[in-house]
Amino acid sequence: MAGPGTSGGGGGGGWRPLLVPLLMPTWLTIGIFLVLPVALMAVYSFLTKEFRGGVIWDFTLAAYDQFFVDRGLFGDEPPAIEWTYIAIFWRSIWQAGLATLFCLLVGFPTAWFIATRPASQRGVWLFLITIPYWVNLLIRTVSLKFLIRDNGPLNEGLMALGVLDAPVTLVNTNLAVQLGLFYSYLPFMVLPIYAAVERYNFALSEAAADLYASRWVTLREIVIPVVKPGIVAGCILVFVPSLGAFLAPDLLGGAKTFMIGSLIEEQFKGSLGNWPFGAAASMILMTLVLCALMVYARSASQAAGQGAAR
Amino acid sequence: MAAVQDAVDIRNVTKRYGSFTALDGVSLGIADNEFFTLLGPSGCGKTTLLRMIAGFEEITQGEIRLFGDPIAGRDPNHRPVNTVFQHYALFPHMTVRDNVAFGLKMKGMDAASRRARAERMLEMVHLSAFADRMPAQLSGGQQQRVALARALAPEPRVLLLDEPLSALDLKLRQAMRVELKQLQEETGITFIFVTHDQEEALTMSDRIAVMSAGQVQQIGTAREIYEAPVNRFVADFIGETNLIEVEVTRVDGDRAEVVLPGGHRLTCPSASRTGGRHALSIRPERMSVVAEAGADMLAVVERVVYLGTDLQLMVRLEGGAEFHVRLQNSARIAVPEPGARIGLRIEDGAARLLAD
Repeated sequence: MAGPGTSGGGGGGGWRPLLVPLLMPTWLTIGIFLVLPVALMAVYSFLTKEFRGGVIWDFTLAAYDQFFVDRGLFGDEPPAIEWTYIAIFWRSIWQAGLATLFCLLVGFPTAWFIATRPASQRGVWLFLITIPYWVNLLIRTVSLKFLIRDNGPLNEGLMALGVLDAPVTLVNTNLAVQLGLFYSYLPFMVLPIYAAVERYNFALSEAAADLYASRWVTLREIVIPVVKPGIVAGCILVFVPSLGAFLAPDLLGGAKTFMIGSLIEEQFKGSLGNWPFGAAASMILMTLVLCALMVYARSASQAAGQGAAR
Repeated sequence: MAAVQDAVDIRNVTKRYGSFTALDGVSLGIADNEFFTLLGPSGCGKTTLLRMIAGFEEITQGEIRLFGDPIAGRDPNHRPVNTVFQHYALFPHMTVRDNVAFGLKMKGMDAASRRARAERMLEMVHLSAFADRMPAQLSGGQQQRVALARALAPEPRVLLLDEPLSALDLKLRQAMRVELKQLQEETGITFIFVTHDQEEALTMSDRIAVMSAGQVQQIGTAREIYEAPVNRFVADFIGETNLIEVEVTRVDGDRAEVVLPGGHRLTCPSASRTGGRHALSIRPERMSVVAEAGADMLAVVERVVYLGTDLQLMVRLEGGAEFHVRLQNSARIAVPEPGARIGLRIEDGAARLLAD
């Protein structure tokens, strides 16, 4: 049955059997590092807690009940909404949003500066941005704490210069947490924006100026919309890890700056932990982030669709 | 009586980048309603000059006046000129209509008026049906028209065009030449057109400035530049020409007597005022093949190239110089065979002695 008609199918048959083995690494990576851990967490969030950490294989909604429903200290009062954890979530979102905003305000000009240097210099600037990230995050955060504490170099230096009379307390404040988050995630803002600005066609800015737009209007109407994918990527890359961060809030903040990351971390530490509750909090956090991203993606694609139809 | 004011008056303008001189004391005046072309090879400074008028490059020395108004200190957004960019520079996140209306919006026109005007501009460039598309959904030629409509919408007094046709294919380029010229005549706006394509320059321009190495070599109409080039560069750059070294025997005002290869003497127009050896330019199509008696020059045919509408004879003159002759393809002419000895006759006024 060999013939010209079967030659195409024969060619397809040549590589088609290889498809499964060639895709195997991708499937394994996604399976082992993405699907399996999330599935494990999802299952654990429905199990019963073991008192010294760990779980008992007994399915229950107790963890979610603990998160959302307040039944009083002894569990015998009529159910009401539990605000404790929602407040922690809200504070975390607020903190992470603020950190993202600061990173954007500093990261955008930085990325712009690097992307507009001569091509030969850009590598050096990017290199300088990434150098601090060769040091472990924990060590960097502890070092930051030493720098900003009451009798640390920052306060002593400012007092020696006569700027301050008494040390300003930074450790255990929201400001310190902000500083820690900002310092931890700034490059995640700079790098995607840099990539977008580097591709930006500066003739567009010239065209805008030529059509009577001032520099400020050009930035608002042309530059920012065109490099927006880079800005959005940077914001996601800063916001999401800031939301789940626990090193900066733990080390630099106090009880008043308790964030989701710390809450979840505590559930998996020692005998005070509660694995199902930690897993449930993680699932809730992940669901929130996913929903937010999906709403954004939908509105972005709708805006693009409107642009084409308007 | 006051002289008619130039739209753009460029006075002794110099541009230096470090030690490199991009423009070297350029002076030229561009009249209102004129289609003026800056023509030259890449690196001759034509784009630099255009960008100075637009305000994207600073002037090292000299002055540029727009309708008598010095513009050196003004930012691009405060100059009554608009630009059609080489690669169009359309705003990728805006529809075609919003692109065209952008300049109007910046000038503070209200939404309804600018929408109406954008529609009218798109109608003018035959793109009404594409108003709601994004630039990426258009072909190169359509993008080019959008760029044109966008630049013309705010009714600039001067339109600057930076090699706008260079990215289009040949057919489209030829069609756009005609359209551009029509558009310029209809709108009455001064067009300053930059190109390295001499054919483009010849077909559209009222006047052309031929530039080389940061200097203006010659300014004139297409005919003046083609038929009366002042120097070797212009003669060589515009169209095809034969350049032969000749001895000048007599100079009489703007005419000179020269000795052709083979010894015949010829009196021709001259751009040179001095004797000695100079280049003589003879256009290949301004020659005819004649009998040896009564010819200006004698030659041996080396090759005959068929070009469709034309035939090109590659011949060798007495004395060894290579020479090209172009004959219009016709059943009436006798085509010489390679190896034949022929006589060449130069049409009256077709030869021109050049300054160096």
